[in-house]
Amino acid sequence: MPEQRIVLAGTEERDLTQLAAYREVGGFEALAQARSTEPQQLLDDLLASGLRGRGGAGFPTGRKASFIPKPDQTPKPIYLVVNADESEPGTFKDREIMFSVPHRLIEGCLITAHAIQSQNVFIYIRGEYLHEFEVLRAALEEVRNAGLLGDVTVVLHRGAGAYICGEETALLESLEGERGQPRSKPPFPAISGLYASPSLINNVETMATVPQIVAMGAKAYAKVGVENSSGTRVFSLSGNVANGGNYELPQGTTLRELIYDFGGGIPGGRELKAIIPGGSSVPVLTADQIDTPLDFDSMAEAGSMLGSGAIIVIDDRCCMVQLGLRVAQFYMHESCGKCTPCREGTRWMVQILDRIEEGAASQGDLDLLLDVCDRILGKCLCPLGDAAAMPVASYIDRFREEFQAHLDSGCPMHGESSLEGIFAPVDQHAHDPVADEVTA
Amino acid sequence: MSSLHHEIQEVVALYPESRSATLPALRLAQERFGWLPPEAFREVADALGETPAYCVAVASFYDMFHLEPVGRQLVEVCTNVSCALVGAQQVLEAFEQELGLHPGETDADGEFTLRTVECAGGCGWGTVVAVNHRYRERVSAADVPGIVAELRGDQADA
Repeated sequence: MPEQRIVLAGTEERDLTQLAAYREVGGFEALAQARSTEPQQLLDDLLASGLRGRGGAGFPTGRKASFIPKPDQTPKPIYLVVNADESEPGTFKDREIMFSVPHRLIEGCLITAHAIQSQNVFIYIRGEYLHEFEVLRAALEEVRNAGLLGDVTVVLHRGAGAYICGEETALLESLEGERGQPRSKPPFPAISGLYASPSLINNVETMATVPQIVAMGAKAYAKVGVENSSGTRVFSLSGNVANGGNYELPQGTTLRELIYDFGGGIPGGRELKAIIPGGSSVPVLTADQIDTPLDFDSMAEAGSMLGSGAIIVIDDRCCMVQLGLRVAQFYMHESCGKCTPCREGTRWMVQILDRIEEGAASQGDLDLLLDVCDRILGKCLCPLGDAAAMPVASYIDRFREEFQAHLDSGCPMHGESSLEGIFAPVDQHAHDPVADEVTA
Repeated sequence: MSSLHHEIQEVVALYPESRSATLPALRLAQERFGWLPPEAFREVADALGETPAYCVAVASFYDMFHLEPVGRQLVEVCTNVSCALVGAQQVLEAFEQELGLHPGETDADGEFTLRTVECAGGCGWGTVVAVNHRYRERVSAADVPGIVAELRGDQADA
């Protein structure tokens, strides 16, 4: 399949970061069209397009928008919140959308705001994305000066370094000036979200797709891709691959096409060992699953998930125990600490995996590790704990012999693994006497 | 009233509730002080109508707020899976050698802090290194001496 640019359309030919350039390729025509359309019609079109959320969960965008009460059904303001807190390891697509077509994201926000009859948009962008923030801020200023905002207020809000804030209710907490800890649901954000008001929370790629759906028509968009997975995805390709980067392709493109035709295959004459198909939180696929199509249903059939569309390619130099350890370290570091199974369980996972890698584990440790994973899965307010348990359990399931070899005689890679010596971040939040002085 | 106080008031005006300005206010204070010392928390709390303890509680949750002094140049190396697969460890070791610092340390004259970070969002272009949050991508261990020399040059020019 050829590359098909819808979200990133126009960026291959020219720089679209200036409003004038974006307008020359038809920018903001969809907004004008949408504003002369009844909000309900736009919601129907979103549903008909088959668009599903691009953040990871894949919930139908039109249906989510339809849960928002109408202005005459609520005394409260209605909020549109854009999740630009892209942090799932392997994922860097929203970043490219923001630095290459910032106006398309803003246009999508304004169309969606019209559809749900909201006058208040917040874009929560992860704090590390400084350049993208500056590009987006400049774009927003242009849009404001051009009088395109109408009666809508758009506020860019920067995060400050916390993976968990990509979880929608943690994001709302953070946006309200709190520690980013998830809320229990219900109530769902559609009813009681930001400032306890009806809130629609959508991913950057989802929002940047909306103007294109309006421009090409919902039916035409629905024809791109495959059943239950319409349209394109901006796939983030990384790891042991010659040409890492973002590739916008129709859903249903196979992993083989992405990795070999677009990514140039695996460098150094190495063998493919494993593929993480949807960001580090999803179950791993083995090399023989290379022909799996990149769509929601096919990935589910293959025993994994499309997630955020981040494909990490792993060659035969990688020790799967070390991979599990590095992934578990990440989720341990990012656990907000609210739910016990996640807070304690991720730490247990790291300790057991460390023992296994060191060759100091007993046979029972493997069962203990699986048991800990099982005691995390589905038992927390948000999916962060699951995001650690699912991949690690899958590594054991699919590479059991390698784990067993560690138990029998230590790491079979003998210090030659590509992840040898992996460094988890040093905790910058060590107990600090200065902070204590303030609280005293 | 300090200019920081006024800047925070301007940010507060963007939100229906002033507490929403906590993160932006802490960022403004950190830009002012270089990190978040006790007086920064007092000023932020004062401007927001919160307690210093509340502001410390929020700040301590987020990786980008510094509760202890950091160097004028913050060098961050991503060591998450995608970068690690293409040599982030070697890049980090090269920075350790060139800067004479272990991750988490700041040099004696307060110029450099070296630390490792979780996924920076440049996975296909690893290894990602951020210097004061400006990304450098496809960094290999061999590039590091040149980068450090360049950064030291910036220091000399300053």
